[in-house]
Amino acid sequence: MNWLPLWLTCGLLTFAVRYSFIALEGHYRPPGWFIRWLPFVPIAALTALVAPEVLLVAGKLSLDIDNLHLWAALVAIAVAARWRNTLLTIASGFVTLGLLRWLV
Amino acid sequence: MREEVLNPAAAFLLGVRALLPMLLGVAPFGVIYGVVALQSGIPPLAAVLMSSLVFAGSAQFLLAQLIGAGAPALLSIGAVGLINLRHALYSASVAPVLHNLPRRWKVLLAYLLTDEAYAAAIPHLLAAPKSPVAHWILFGSGLALWAGWQLSTLAGVLIGAQLPADLGLDFALPLTFIAIVVPLIESRARLIAALTAGAVAVLLVALPYKTGLFVAALAGLSAGAFFQSRGKP
Repeated sequence: MNWLPLWLTCGLLTFAVRYSFIALEGHYRPPGWFIRWLPFVPIAALTALVAPEVLLVAGKLSLDIDNLHLWAALVAIAVAARWRNTLLTIASGFVTLGLLRWLV
Repeated sequence: MREEVLNPAAAFLLGVRALLPMLLGVAPFGVIYGVVALQSGIPPLAAVLMSSLVFAGSAQFLLAQLIGAGAPALLSIGAVGLINLRHALYSASVAPVLHNLPRRWKVLLAYLLTDEAYAAAIPHLLAAPKSPVAHWILFGSGLALWAGWQLSTLAGVLIGAQLPADLGLDFALPLTFIAIVVPLIESRARLIAALTAGAVAVLLVALPYKTGLFVAALAGLSAGAFFQSRGKP
């Protein structure tokens, strides 16, 4: 496999996306609807990444008791909502997953 | 900002400190990436180099999976572009803060602009957008994540294969993103954006090469923006 050109292409593409508006600042003002979309982007994009990871087991929706990732994620969500602490949120998710594996 | 930040060193350390808790989730994910990359038939050196050349956790993970599945290169590039599109919005968000900096700073900070660095730095940037050292906060967060990512992916490539498979390390990225997203949900419109994106992502999971993720993110932010505009007079 010719990986170096592929890595460089993907790297340049990633960089171009991250550099885009930083480079354009002062030369171009994005439209109003775009500005209003901004605050929703990390929320929508990251939730789209997380939801399938915790709601699906082998590609199928699972709300079963043995979908341990789901229950551990719900604990982490509750901890995040209550304390807004990154370390506590991640630790609570791992500890809950460990406990559930030991119990179930 | 609450903390008095007058010099670059203090701003840099503020950024590093804001990022450090996220390494608890990022480091296991880096290890997992190393394992998956090797399993996909990527040579160890190439797997390590991807972390500095591409430097985007979920995109690297996806790229490794696609290579393992034998996807054509052009399609892999398209998938990486789609999954990274959200960074354009981080770029738009930090652009006003970086406006007056020399180009070398803009290039460096754009390279370091990840989900985690953005999430760690943005509350401090918003608190002091006019501070002449604000970019040092983003640099601190960005560099701390970069170092953590390089070391953890290297560890994954070197020792990942010897770790037991059921440590639950694959749960690290969802947990990190939960820690980033939940505190951002401060209004009903934002909650609707999250619920819509999550539901659509689950419904469209069967679409090839994770294109459903992009549609889901777009659906979520449209729903959020629509709800918000409707709520205003």
